[in-house]
Amino acid sequence: MGSWQARPDHQRHYEELAQKTGFSTEQIKNLHKRFQQLSGNQETISRENLENIPALANNPIKKQIIDAFFDKRNQQDGESGCLEEITLGHFLMVMSHFRPPQHKSSEDERHAIRRQKLRFLFNMHDTDSDGTITLAEYRKVVEELLSKSGAIGHEAAKIIADAAMLEVASTNVPHMAPDEFYEGITFEHFEQILNGLEMESRMHIRFLDVATTTMRCGKGSSSSTY
Amino acid sequence: MHVSLFDSCANLEENSSKLLQKKKKCLCYFWMCPRGRSGDTTRVVVWTLISFLVDGVKSGVQIVKMDPRLSKHWDVLLFSFAVLSVLHGSAGEIPGRPTTGGGVTVLPPVEPDGPQAYPEPEKDNLPVFTMDYPRIQIPFEITLWVLLASFAKIGFHVYNKITIWVPESCLLISIGLIVGAIMHSVNEEPPAVLTTNVFFLYMLPPIVLDSGYFMPTRPFFENIGTVLWFAVVGTLWNSIGIGMSLFAICQIEAFGVQDINLQENLLFAAIISAVDPVAVLSVFEDVSVNEQLYIVVFGECLFNDAVTVVLYNMFTFVAEMPVVEPVDVFLGVARFFVVGLGGMGFGVLFGFVAAFTTRFTSKVREIEPLFIFMYSYLAYLVAELFAISSIMAIVTCALTMKYYVEENVSQRSCTTIRHVVKMLGSISETLIFFFLGVVTITTEHEWNWGYILFTLLFAFLWRGLGVLVLTQIINPFRTIPFNLKDQFGLAYGGLRGAISFALAFTLPDNIGRKQLFVTATIAIIIFTVFLQGISIRPLIEYINVRRTNRNLDTINAEIHCRLMEHTIAGIEDLCGQWSHFYWKDKFMKFNTRILRRILIRDNRAESSIVALYKKLELQNAMEILDTVSGDISAAPSIVSLHEEKKAPAKPKKKFLAADLRSMHDILAKNMYKIRQRTTSYTSKHALPNDSRTREILIRRHSSIRRSLRPGSFQTAVLPKSHKYFSLPAGKNLDSNFPPVRQRGIDDHETMSEISFPAKHARFVSPSRASSKAALPLRRLDTLEEVPSVDFLDERRARRGLPRTHSSSSEPRRHAEKSEKENEDNGGSSVPPVWAAEPRDGTTRNPLLRRPQWNPKN
Repeated sequence: MGSWQARPDHQRHYEELAQKTGFSTEQIKNLHKRFQQLSGNQETISRENLENIPALANNPIKKQIIDAFFDKRNQQDGESGCLEEITLGHFLMVMSHFRPPQHKSSEDERHAIRRQKLRFLFNMHDTDSDGTITLAEYRKVVEELLSKSGAIGHEAAKIIADAAMLEVASTNVPHMAPDEFYEGITFEHFEQILNGLEMESRMHIRFLDVATTTMRCGKGSSSSTY
Repeated sequence: MHVSLFDSCANLEENSSKLLQKKKKCLCYFWMCPRGRSGDTTRVVVWTLISFLVDGVKSGVQIVKMDPRLSKHWDVLLFSFAVLSVLHGSAGEIPGRPTTGGGVTVLPPVEPDGPQAYPEPEKDNLPVFTMDYPRIQIPFEITLWVLLASFAKIGFHVYNKITIWVPESCLLISIGLIVGAIMHSVNEEPPAVLTTNVFFLYMLPPIVLDSGYFMPTRPFFENIGTVLWFAVVGTLWNSIGIGMSLFAICQIEAFGVQDINLQENLLFAAIISAVDPVAVLSVFEDVSVNEQLYIVVFGECLFNDAVTVVLYNMFTFVAEMPVVEPVDVFLGVARFFVVGLGGMGFGVLFGFVAAFTTRFTSKVREIEPLFIFMYSYLAYLVAELFAISSIMAIVTCALTMKYYVEENVSQRSCTTIRHVVKMLGSISETLIFFFLGVVTITTEHEWNWGYILFTLLFAFLWRGLGVLVLTQIINPFRTIPFNLKDQFGLAYGGLRGAISFALAFTLPDNIGRKQLFVTATIAIIIFTVFLQGISIRPLIEYINVRRTNRNLDTINAEIHCRLMEHTIAGIEDLCGQWSHFYWKDKFMKFNTRILRRILIRDNRAESSIVALYKKLELQNAMEILDTVSGDISAAPSIVSLHEEKKAPAKPKKKFLAADLRSMHDILAKNMYKIRQRTTSYTSKHALPNDSRTREILIRRHSSIRRSLRPGSFQTAVLPKSHKYFSLPAGKNLDSNFPPVRQRGIDDHETMSEISFPAKHARFVSPSRASSKAALPLRRLDTLEEVPSVDFLDERRARRGLPRTHSSSSEPRRHAEKSEKENEDNGGSSVPPVWAAEPRDGTTRNPLLRRPQWNPKN
């Protein structure tokens, strides 16, 4: 696909994307390669493409991750709903949630980045896009998280989700009157509950700058068959 | 005590300074040879202690005068020693002139004062009272030293504030200084307990085992590259940098240290590049700096001990070589790797063997912890045998086995292991710092302003430079680069400590300027520990280093940590660019498929640690709740809960939000303690604080048993206890708890109220109690049932329905239905899982469910 990248319109395309997503053009080139690899050189990736990635097979929250790519809310253009297929732009946009922060970023930027990542997580929970994570939704995620841990998974997941919900409620509405009940986690509450949690080290991926083809090929071939 | 008092008094009465001198020598010898071969030596330690008490020699004499008779019976006593030793067949020691049991006698034993005719007329009599101090002397004196140091530690913690602002090591050194001063003032020799062998074979292993065992595994492996980079390259950088610069300084004639050659300088530099930031770590923990910084400092101190010791051994060897040829340098480099990797190899090997062994120890719980210590120590000794890095060996051994061992052994053994590791490590370190203080005062120093000041300067300079340069190199490889503040923390956290001192103190005597080195090392330790150790907290707070709330022990945080990890792993898979998550994933797969099968007894209970913790938390919560309602005597500490218990008698309305909140607080506080086991162990001197929770667990077992014994749960025989068995059990609590539960619960409650109005009728019926008993764990399921009719009405009356019920989705309905089923079942024949357990009796109560947490004996 070398000829592809050399073409000037692609260069322009890259630059646009770079502006939009904050990736460097090298990073975009790398990701584009991967995109083509995943899509089988198509313009778009479909759900099946992602579901067939062998490396993902063992991921307990595979479904949520893939959903996140097809979720319009993660495209940051204010829409919600589901995409059927995603383009490189969409792909990069989702990826850009995990861009490490710039070395020198102000407190505000940091905060904004954090918020954005939280929003991403929130969206993973909130499958029906109604702005709250209900217990059912929460349970589902926890269940999937624990789905790899054998027998206790199912039963425990429920309990854990319940306890977690209780926790959210008690943190956010400490003065709840006895006759109130908690309806679901809103984004504000979500932010609140994960307030002290460090995300810097957990929600970043070091996207490769240089096209370290050998490395990528080596790893790529070892884990993916195409 | 008495003996030594007696003895010293006797000496004093004799007023024989010569004897005293001999005594000191002997003491010295004793300390040099702590394995107890020295036979009869003096009881200096005890004597010293007494001297403190009686304020010096004069009072001692007075004591003697008070009881002069004692000394006259010296001979009798001696004789009785003889009899005793014969009776016991103990190595045939002749008291008063004991030859060494082990056959090594270097110094003549102290001549007991006075005439010494062995065959006394009384020899036919059986002694009524005998003393054999030499026999117990060594352990006795060691015990006293340890006690003294431990008392000092207790002392610090009487005033909590002191240890916040002044690191413990400072205080220990200070106490040591005071003791040293006292000893000095009474002309006492310092205990020369720190010989190379003692240090390396007995004092060092506990310290490193402690660090290795409590190393927070996950962050460590996430940052392993950086940690090793700083530990290995950083230490080399420091050693070589400082060594070279000091060598340059030595060329300046004005300082008068031209006789120190390059090898010796390097040796010295290696000694003082071992950082030991215990103090810093505890500060970091307190202000909860970001995890990366913390783990790098932690790991650095651990692994640079290893590097330092390797370098130390190498340079001691080199320093004794007359000529160093280039080939030796290469051999040295090669050796460096052999030593380091060899140590790791042994460590991993022994770690796996230890893990494998604990697979079979379920029948011998008593000695379970022993295996851990023996294998670690074995790893250490074997590594020492082959002269490879024993620190590396013991650390990797601890790291390797910890995970598997803790799953294999019983909970109590696990606690024991942790406590003992902590205790030994802390004793060793305390002693070293203590001796540091003593030695500072009592040894002769060679003070060379130029050399020592430059040492300080270079140590500081190279550390700073090293951190700057090394971070620049490592930063591009890190996802989260270290910023300048982090780097400052790293550089400033470079305190020198126990290891440096011990290494310097155990330098071979043929190093020409050993005294200068010891002095300089002590100087740099005291300088860094006091100055940097005290100032680092305000500085870190001032520059506002990036912080993490590492103590965020909520379920949500844990869930989201995991969620994020999986997300990142997934995204990395998607974008085809892998970091450590990828390797972690691979390792976990390997671990699950192979290692766990081999090493862990009960590998079918394969759950993530997180899940385990959560389970525990819930069990704990239940625990607490049970304790509240059931067996209050079992948890007398929860006073406020008594009120809760009484409360049910009052009308429901009286339950203020405050009560609920306090209940909630208790819940929240007690619920999550267990997870701290990963975080809270890292501070060197702090013991894990999860003991309380476990105690509750254990207590709970017994209380459950007790409460179960009288009768089956279901029967109405014990309505009270039955009610109280689990949190929301009885009706009385019913009124109390719904709100609490309610918070946790979401909308479907409202739905259920509407859609199942019939429930409320059932609600009051006693049959529901059983399902209520299950509430703590099935909280959400049972929620709908909880609100009693009046409660519900009240709510409606007061504020209408809080949420529009129309929005409830299909799943909710479903949940409700299933819940209803549950209820029905629970009420009559088939109780929900959780409710069932208490009924069945002890064996199946929820606390006993998981094998790991089941006290097996």
